[in-house]
Amino acid sequence: MSEAIKTDVLIIGAGPCGLFAVFELGLLDMKVHLVDILDKIGGQCAELYPEKPIYDIPGIPLVTGQGLTEALLEQIKPFDPTFHLNEMVESIEKIGDPGFRVTTDAGKVFECKVVVVSAGGGSFQPKRPPVPGIEAYENTSVFYAVRKMEQFRDRDILIVGGGDSALDWTLNLHPLAKRITLLHRRDDFRAAPHSVEQMRKLVADGKMDLKIGQVTALEGADGQLSAAQVKGSDNAMSTISCDTMLPFFGLTMKLGPVANWGLQLENNLVPVETASFETNVPGIFAIGDINTYPGKLKLILSGFHEGALMAQKAHRYVYPDKRLVFQYTTSSSSLQKKLGVN
Amino acid sequence: MTKINFVDHSGETRTVDVENGATVMEAAIRNAVPGIEAECGGACACATCHVYVDEAWTDKVGKPTPMEEDMLDFGYDVRPNSRLSCQIKVSDELDGLVVMTPERQA
Repeated sequence: MSEAIKTDVLIIGAGPCGLFAVFELGLLDMKVHLVDILDKIGGQCAELYPEKPIYDIPGIPLVTGQGLTEALLEQIKPFDPTFHLNEMVESIEKIGDPGFRVTTDAGKVFECKVVVVSAGGGSFQPKRPPVPGIEAYENTSVFYAVRKMEQFRDRDILIVGGGDSALDWTLNLHPLAKRITLLHRRDDFRAAPHSVEQMRKLVADGKMDLKIGQVTALEGADGQLSAAQVKGSDNAMSTISCDTMLPFFGLTMKLGPVANWGLQLENNLVPVETASFETNVPGIFAIGDINTYPGKLKLILSGFHEGALMAQKAHRYVYPDKRLVFQYTTSSSSLQKKLGVN
Repeated sequence: MTKINFVDHSGETRTVDVENGATVMEAAIRNAVPGIEAECGGACACATCHVYVDEAWTDKVGKPTPMEEDMLDFGYDVRPNSRLSCQIKVSDELDGLVVMTPERQA
């Protein structure tokens, strides 16, 4: 086990609510680390709708998901938070009153006074295509991510999908694989045009196959895939032989390990009290889409408010001996100093 | 109010009323029609409100936009009459619309 990273507050989920919580905690002198399962900052704003407009952020008539993420990063810059991306928090263990040891799936360990769960809909995980019996082949013949390319050397690979992941892995694995077949439901790709062009050239040169259709069933035994049955756009059935399948159908949100942290749950949401957004475990807070309380609205602006109130209570845990005096950023020279503007 | 008919995989029909301007997905969610999940809440960012538009209605409902086509890539058993119900706006023209929900959402 690696040495524990010590911090005042650990935030689980680097979406807009987690990011703004860094600001509110920072004004009150609390240092923050954030963990997120995605490879980028911004949560749903970055993963689901980076280019789509948001109209209900107070004072900002129109901003995209990506734009909001960038603005929040700019806003929290003075507090220099540390991000741990591509990692999922697996366990939270109580070690103090309050005090927690938090472990990620990458084996990283944090020791903190306060945990803030701002995990939205849970963790983003690859979508499993609803092909009957696919579970039996997972991690032996069917993979949803490429961790080590070498694993796929000399394999007969069927890649399914039409986005950047599908096209990128088609191009990257092509030199290693015995054969690559790309399968997509239509002859039109949402991936970057440059990648699509490269793929079409490989197909034209006879170096790989492109098939149009959807997988309906898998053939094989003992977890070893031998072929996929495919329904074409003309409804004609065909069989593609392959020993490996890589489906890229995007990500979906699953509650995941949040269920194992000793928190009360109600319909996969974490109930909190509305003075500080603390959960049933003192020292663990839940803000944003993941929490629930009477009148809850799943709005980004509600999550911002929840973060501000959470920080007031968190201060009591991190600095039990200090009295907190409420101040405005507009007029307080000490807050302005922290923001680096005075 | 406009009537929308949802036919589920087993053939059972549920008819709901919805005001013009709402989406077919919203009609389903507000009336707890099974078979529509709408994970992303109507942002055309998932494919869990997938429906098949009855052949008699496909012309009136129209074709998906390119953005919706991209999202349909994530659907299960996508067909020529597939649409994402969050992208179909209800109007008088669609009174009596019939859509089928798929066996499962992706």
